[in-house]
Amino acid sequence: MGKIELTKVRKSFGDVDVIPGIDLTIENGEFVVFVGPSGCGKSTLLRLIAGLEDTTSGTIEIDGKDATNLPPAKRGLAMVFQSYALYPHMTVRKNIAFPLKMAGMDQAEQDRRVERAAKVLNLATYLDRRPGQLSGGQRQRVAIGRAIVREPAAFLFDEPLSNLDAALRVGMRQEISELHQSLKTTMIYVTHDQVEAMTMADKIVVLNAGRIEQVGAPLELYNHPRNLFVACFIGSPKMNVIEGAEAAKHNAHSIGIRPEHITVGDGPWEGVVGLSEHLGSDSFLKVAVEGIGTLTVRAPGEIHAHHGDRIRLAPAGKIHRFDAQGLAL
Amino acid sequence: MSTQSSRLAARMMVAPSVVLLLIWMIVPLAMTLYYSFRFYRLLSPDRTGWTGFTNYLWFFNSPDFWLALWNTLALVGGVLVITVTLGILIALLIDQPVKGQGLLRILVIAPFFVMPPVAASIWENLFMHPQNGLFAAVARGFGAQPILFLEQYPMLSVIGIVSWEWLPFATLILLTALQSLSSEQLEAAEMDGASAFSRFRYIILPHMTRAITVVILIQTIFLLGIFGEIFTTTQGGPGSASTTLPYMIFKQAIAAKDIGRAAAGGIIAVILANIVAYFLMRGLGRNLEN
Repeated sequence: MGKIELTKVRKSFGDVDVIPGIDLTIENGEFVVFVGPSGCGKSTLLRLIAGLEDTTSGTIEIDGKDATNLPPAKRGLAMVFQSYALYPHMTVRKNIAFPLKMAGMDQAEQDRRVERAAKVLNLATYLDRRPGQLSGGQRQRVAIGRAIVREPAAFLFDEPLSNLDAALRVGMRQEISELHQSLKTTMIYVTHDQVEAMTMADKIVVLNAGRIEQVGAPLELYNHPRNLFVACFIGSPKMNVIEGAEAAKHNAHSIGIRPEHITVGDGPWEGVVGLSEHLGSDSFLKVAVEGIGTLTVRAPGEIHAHHGDRIRLAPAGKIHRFDAQGLAL
Repeated sequence: MSTQSSRLAARMMVAPSVVLLLIWMIVPLAMTLYYSFRFYRLLSPDRTGWTGFTNYLWFFNSPDFWLALWNTLALVGGVLVITVTLGILIALLIDQPVKGQGLLRILVIAPFFVMPPVAASIWENLFMHPQNGLFAAVARGFGAQPILFLEQYPMLSVIGIVSWEWLPFATLILLTALQSLSSEQLEAAEMDGASAFSRFRYIILPHMTRAITVVILIQTIFLLGIFGEIFTTTQGGPGSASTTLPYMIFKQAIAAKDIGRAAAGGIIAVILANIVAYFLMRGLGRNLEN
C-alpha cells in the first residue's frame, strides 16, 4: 500500500517560502513525476514526504495515517539519492542488506532478500565489490537494490539519472519503468528533465516556484496545458509563443504552437532560416518570420533548408490560446 | 613524469634535499651508536675506552629501566585513548550548527598553542596545586582532603596534562574528517532506519578511520619523546614513578653526566620507536591505502 496525501503542506526556510502550500494526492501504485525548473521546490517537496525536512505547516498522510511528524525510518518509504549515497566502506552485499540489518532481520532472511534483489538488478556478480569499484550505472542499481529490499510503501527518487551519461540514462529509465511494472509500488520521481517525465510517468506534477502548475497524465499536459508555463515546459523543443497582431486574429493575448505542428512548404508565414540542426530523423529550423518573430520548426529529416534560405510555413495542428495572465482559453 | 629525461631531472632536483636529510639523520645516529659503546663520563674525562655492551647491560639490569619503558608506553597509550575518544566526541559536538561557531572552534583549538612547559606549569600551579589549585578548592568545598596529584598519581597526572595539550590536534583532524562526510549518506542511513548510534557506528566511525589513523601515527611520534611536561612537573618522581625513557636518558646525560649510558639509552629508544612503528603500521597501515 502506498497512498500519499498532502494537505496544505507549507515549507519555509527563514523568511523564504519555498513551498507556499500544496495539496496533492498520490494514489497507490502510481508513478508520479515531479518536474520543474531548478529551484522550483520539487526536491524539497520530496524531502518533506521522506521526512528529511520538517513541514512548516500542513499534514502528510501515508496510507491514511498522519505521518507529518514521523521520523523518516517510520514512514516506510525508501529513497534513491542523486549521488546514490552508497556506503563506501561496505561491500555491495552489505550496502543492500543495511536497511534489513537495521530492522533487526535475521541473517538468513537478509541473505535471501539480497540475493533476490541482486538477481532482479543484475548485480549478482558484483555483490562482494565495493561501490568505488563499480560504474555509475551499477552504483545506481545498488542504490535501487538497497531501496527495494525493504519492500517499502513507496519509492522516492531524487534526480537519480542526472549523473549518468546519455545512453545509460535511457537504459536506466527503462529499467526503472520495468521495475515499476513488476513491483506495482507507488513511485515518486523528481527530475528537471521533461523527457524523463513524459516517458515514465502515470501522472506528472509540474511545479514552478513552489506551486503546482498542473497535474495530469503526460499527454493531457501536452495536449491541454493549463497555462503558458506548462505549455512551454512540456514538449521538446519548446512551444513557440506568438503575441501581438497574429494572436489577436485568434482572439487571444498570445498563442502557442508547437514546433511539430508547423509544416514547411506553402503557407501564410514567410521567413528566413537562421539556424538549422539536421539530426537525420528530424531537422530543427529556427525561422525568423516578419511580424511574428523567430519560430522553431520541426521538419522532416530530409529537408534541404539551410542558413539564409527563404521558406514558407503553415500551422498544421492545434493552436493553444492564452489570455493576458497566461491561462489557457 | 613520463619521459626518461624528465624522470632524471626529477631525481636531480630532489637529490640535494634527500642527501641533506640523510646526512642530518645518519651523522647523529652514528655518533650516538659510537658513544653507546664507549666509556665516557664527563666527571672523569681522562678515563675513556671501549666497553662493549656494558652501557646497554646497565639499562637492562636497572629496575628503573623497565618502569621507564612501561611509563613511556602508558603515556603514549593513555594519551592516545583519551585524545581519540574525547576528540571524536568533541568533534561531533562542535560540528553541530550553533551560534558563535567560529569562536567556539578557536577556543577548542587554543590549548594547542600553549607551549608544553607553560601548559604543565598552568596545570601544576593552577589546577593540581594542593593549596592554591582549583581541584584542591573543589575538594575542600566538598569537605574532602585535596588530592596530591603529582605525588600520589604522578603518571596519571602527566597523562592528563599531555592529553589536554594534544586533544585540540585530534579534535581538529577528526572534525575535518567529519565535515567531509556527505550529508546524503547520513540521510540515506536515516531512511534505512539507522538510529543515531547506528549511524555513528556504521557510517560516521568507518568514515573517520583514516583520520583516526593519522592522529594515532602523528601523536605516537611526538608522544614517545615527551619530556618538557615531566621536567616541569614531577621531575620523573616521586622516586622514579613518572620517569619515562627520554627522561631517564636525560637523567643519565645531565644529572649523572654519563654520555655513554645516555647514548645507549638513545639507541634503545630508537629501537623501541621502530618496534612501535612496525606494529602501528601493521595494525593501521591498511587504513591509509587508496
